[in-house]
This record gives sequence, C-alpha cells and structure tokens, in this order.
Amino acid sequence: MPKTMTYAQAMAEGLDEILAADERVTLIGAGFGGLSGGQYFNPVREKYADRIKYPPIAELAYCGIAVGAAMAGMRPIVELGTGTFSYEAIPQIINEAAIAYSNSGGQTSVPVTFHMLHGVRGAGGVQHSGSPQPWYWNTPGLQVVEPGTPADVKGLLRWSALHSKNPTVFINHARLMDTEGQVPDGPHDVPFGLAEVKRQGSDVTIVACGIQVPRALEAAETLAREGIQAEVVDPRTLQPLDTATILASVRKTGRVVVTDESHDHCGVAAGLAAIIADEGFASLKAPIKRVSTMAVPVPYAKPMEDYVTPTAERIVAAAREVASR
Amino acid sequence: MSQLPPDQAVNLLGMMLRMRRLEEHVIHFAEDHQGLIRGHFHVYIGQEAAGAAACATLRKEDYVYTTHRNHAHVAAKGGDPGRILAEIIGRVDGYCKGRAGTFHVAAPDLGILHTSAIVAGCLPLAAGTAYASKLQKNGRATIVFFGDGAMEEGGFYETMNIAQLWGLPVIFYMENNAVQPGERAGRGSPSSDHSAKSLSDIPRAFSIDTHHVDGTDPEAVHELVSSLVEKARRGEGPFFVESRTSRWPGNYGAFPKSVGGDTDINWTWSPESPPEVVRKWEEQSDPVLLYARNLLARKAISRESLIDLDAHVRNEVDEAAKFALNSPLPPAEAAVEYAYA
Repeated sequence: MPKTMTYAQAMAEGLDEILAADERVTLIGAGFGGLSGGQYFNPVREKYADRIKYPPIAELAYCGIAVGAAMAGMRPIVELGTGTFSYEAIPQIINEAAIAYSNSGGQTSVPVTFHMLHGVRGAGGVQHSGSPQPWYWNTPGLQVVEPGTPADVKGLLRWSALHSKNPTVFINHARLMDTEGQVPDGPHDVPFGLAEVKRQGSDVTIVACGIQVPRALEAAETLAREGIQAEVVDPRTLQPLDTATILASVRKTGRVVVTDESHDHCGVAAGLAAIIADEGFASLKAPIKRVSTMAVPVPYAKPMEDYVTPTAERIVAAAREVASR
Repeated sequence: MSQLPPDQAVNLLGMMLRMRRLEEHVIHFAEDHQGLIRGHFHVYIGQEAAGAAACATLRKEDYVYTTHRNHAHVAAKGGDPGRILAEIIGRVDGYCKGRAGTFHVAAPDLGILHTSAIVAGCLPLAAGTAYASKLQKNGRATIVFFGDGAMEEGGFYETMNIAQLWGLPVIFYMENNAVQPGERAGRGSPSSDHSAKSLSDIPRAFSIDTHHVDGTDPEAVHELVSSLVEKARRGEGPFFVESRTSRWPGNYGAFPKSVGGDTDINWTWSPESPPEVVRKWEEQSDPVLLYARNLLARKAISRESLIDLDAHVRNEVDEAAKFALNSPLPPAEAAVEYAYA
C-alpha cells in the first residue's frame, strides 16, 4: 500500500534502503534535508555512521575525493548542502568527473552522486538561494536530476546511487522537503530518462521541473476553474531527457509553458523551449512561454524574494496567455 | 644508503632510457612532422629517475595519477610506448582511442584511471582512490605526481588537510624541476611564486610525514618510495615527497625544443662531447647519464652492455613510433561516443 509521507521522509527512507542494499555506497557529508527536513535523516546517520565521512569545509577536495573513490569502484553520495556551495567544487565536478569516461575512451566510469539543495528557500539571501541546474545541464558527461515529488525523489535517488554509471548532479529544492505525497511501499526505482505526465489536460502543456511540478499542479487547478485544461509534464531528469513524452504532449495541446526555478539565459526553461521549438514546431499554435527566476541575483527582503520567484500565479498567467492565442 | 642489485639497477636504467627516447620521439613528432602534434605539449626529460624509480616500487594494481607531463609516467607504470605515442598524436590505437591526446593520456588497466592537465586537478582524485583502497582494504598504494606549481592551487591545501585528517594511504609526490644542481639534495629553497621559504614546510604544517629527495638519483627515490609504499599498503598515510631535479635546457614552456639533439649514450664517458647548450646540464643534472656513470663506476654494467641496452631501447621506441604513425586517425563521427556510460 502506498503511504503518504513528506519529501524528506521519502528521501531518508530511500537512503536507508540504498545503504542497506550496497556496501559500495558511502556518504561524504550527511546534512540531508536542509533546514527543515533534517530530523528524518538522524536514524540513517546513526545506523550507518561508519560509512559516513564528515569533511572539512572543502567542497573542491571532498567532491574530488568522491570522484576518485567512484573511479576506484565505490558509489559515493556527496551531500553538498546548499547548491551554490557546489560552485566551489566546479573544477572537480565539471573538469574531472564529467570528462573521465569520454577522455578514457569508455574505460573509467564515475558513478558518483552530488546531492544539493537549490532555490529560493526563504531568507536565504543571494548566496543561499541559487539554482545551479543550468550550469550542470550545460556539461556533457553529467546527469542532472530534478525531482518534484516524494515518490520521485526516493526512486531517482535509488537509481542514481545503485544503478547509474555516470556522475549525477541531484538537485532538490529546499522548499520541497516538507511537501507530502504518496510513496510506494518498499524500494522502488525511477529510471533516468523517463518523464511522467503528472496531470492530463488538452489545452496547454506545462513542462515543469522540480518544485515547479507542485506549482504547475496548483496552477492547473486554477486554470481548470477558468475552463483551461492543463497537462503537466515532469521531465524528472534533464539529462538524460525524455523528449518523446514532452513532444507527445505538445502534439496533443499545441500550446506550451516551460518552467524551472533557475535563471533563464541558457537556462533549463530556455533549453527545453528550444528543443520543443526545434522538434515540435509543426504542432505549435502559439509561441512557447518560459517561466523562470527573474534575471537578477536573488534579493533578501520577502516582497522582492517573492517577486523574482516563478510562482504558480506566474505559471497561470503564462498559460492564460498561450491559451488565448 | 643500500645499492640496488645490478639486474634491478640495469632494469631501472633501461626504463629511464625508454622514457627519454619516448619523449625525444614526441619532440621529433612536433619538429619533423607538420601537423602531427597540432598544439602545445610537455615532456618529462630530466625527471626520468623520479618517475621510473617511484613506479618501480608499485604493482600493476596500484594507482598512479599524473599531470600534463604524463607520457613518461605512463611508460614507467608499464605503458606500451606505441600506444602512448599513438595517443599523443590522436590515433585509434592510443590508450584512450585518440580522445585524450598529449595532455590526458590515461591507462586504466595500468591503474592510471584519469589524467588531468589542470594544475592540482588529480590531487583530490588520488586522495579519493586512496580512500577507496582504505574502505576496500585491498592494500593498494596511490602515488600522485605533480609539479611545484600545484602548491599554488587551493585544491592542494584542501586535499592535504583531508588526506591527513582521514589518514589516507596516498603518496603526494611533488616534482620540483627547477632546482640548482648544487641544491638538489637540500631541504628546500624559495620559489618565486610562493611565499613559503621552503615548499616542504607546507605539508609539514599539516603534520604530514614529509620527505625530500634528489630526484636525479633513482636509487635514493627507490629506497624512499619503497618504504612509503609499504606503509601505504598497510593503510598508513598520507606522505609527501619533494623530488628535486634541475631544468633541462630544452624545456621551453609550452613548446619544448630538441636544443642539443637526442641524448647520445657516448656522452656518458665523454662529458665534453654534448653541444654547448646542454653540456653543463648533461654533466651535472641529466639523471639518465648520471645513473649510467654510477652503474659503470660500480661495475653494475659494462660500457658495451650499456651501448647494447640503449640500442635495444632505441629500437623498441623507434618501432613504437612507427606503430603510432601507422595507426589510423579515428573516424570523425566517433567524437560523439562515450559521453555517457
């Protein structure tokens, strides 16, 4: 029987099952859950204390250590905390982890997971509200995961930690930790590269990543009251990307809103919109609209913070606009 | 210091000659063949004693990380000169199928899992591989070679700190290749790019077991690194070695030049013969000739056997160069393979 649980609970349960399943999985850092969901991880931290290393504040070195351990047969999960901290480790994530398999002509694989929290979490200020997913999606060799629901975070983390052969940047939104959803009982895998239609609709497709999934579902409820039936498609992984499922929805509705909580230039929404324009142009009845974080470093005060966030209201406005064309 | 037995000593000299002849071919590829090496490159000439002797202490399954100056390290770890040269010129028979080139020759089968040309790029990786060895309890040692410039990078400091905190079985082998001949045996000297009075003071500040060695003396390197590798096999570490060599006159930044021609083995006994531009270096600082003279003096090898050994190695590397030149370029569309496993 599926159970209702929070995102953080689902992740903690998944992590417990992952560590039980494979001794090669080790943790570097274990501050999962951010500021709100941390308590669910305490039992995991105690149960597997001998497989967790708490590193000094040295993101570059401990990410590189995880990469080197992965190349030598381990399956490390690195917990970076806030996603912007991963910028300190860019040389090891982008310049080493991402290239090793290609550079070696397919000999050295790097099954490491870099886990981080992104986004406007509330009073994070500019350096604790960032969204690094476009940086990583722009890097061949990396897989990029943006779960949006408790069931998906559990299944995708399991796939990343136990089955994937490539380095994975696993990006959770800090505000998802307290959200609730149905989660299948026991271990379950969500293989990479499979989008999911989270809501059926015929009038407009909303392609939504990560926290934009619950925001898009909320927007769809509002739109439904206005007579607009939105279909919500969740790619779940940006790399590998399930373009077939996205394009099937575009063919059905002919109208598209793409949304991600990251900056827009060369960003996730822009990249997805470009693919849809390129491969789905014949189906389009209106220009594709993008709903992203506004193009400014995220400010601190609440009204300004809310203003730059790609909220459900902004998704509704964009969907209305494309539906009216 | 104990001497190596003659057969082991001659093998070591043979490896040093192989590394020298390999790099001479790389320079010939650049100088004699238009378009064969299209970009800049680096060679290991003058440092052979260090790489050869350090790698001679390892088993096949032990790990080595190297740098942009990697060609001869791969050979020292047991790499086939033909496949190394093929990789350097981007051919399908190269260790990485022509994807890596001169800067990134890796040979995972030989324990060289990945080669970074970013200064200090492999230091965290080496600590990570050592961390894996510790968890897997497999008794494997990891040696990471890097230049003194890596100690200018932040990643060096982060890695030293974690390696020492976690007790990782890794040997940080720093090759300082710009030391005056008379100072090679010393403890350290200032660098124009570093505020520390002596580079080896830095790992000492992290409480890391730190050593220095004359990097032109292969038996000194062998004795030191053997003892460290034995400790690493027991899970001890980390260790830091400063290996001190003197810059080869052909080492012109990004485009090394064959300024004095190929090393002539006859220079071993006629130090007045080399062209003036390299004469002093060959006499005082060339690890290959210094060791050849040492082995001749203690009768570990005869002059005739030395000439034979060199001829044998030259023939082997000449054949390797032919193999590389005959290996085809990869098809263009192979570019898109191997982005993901």
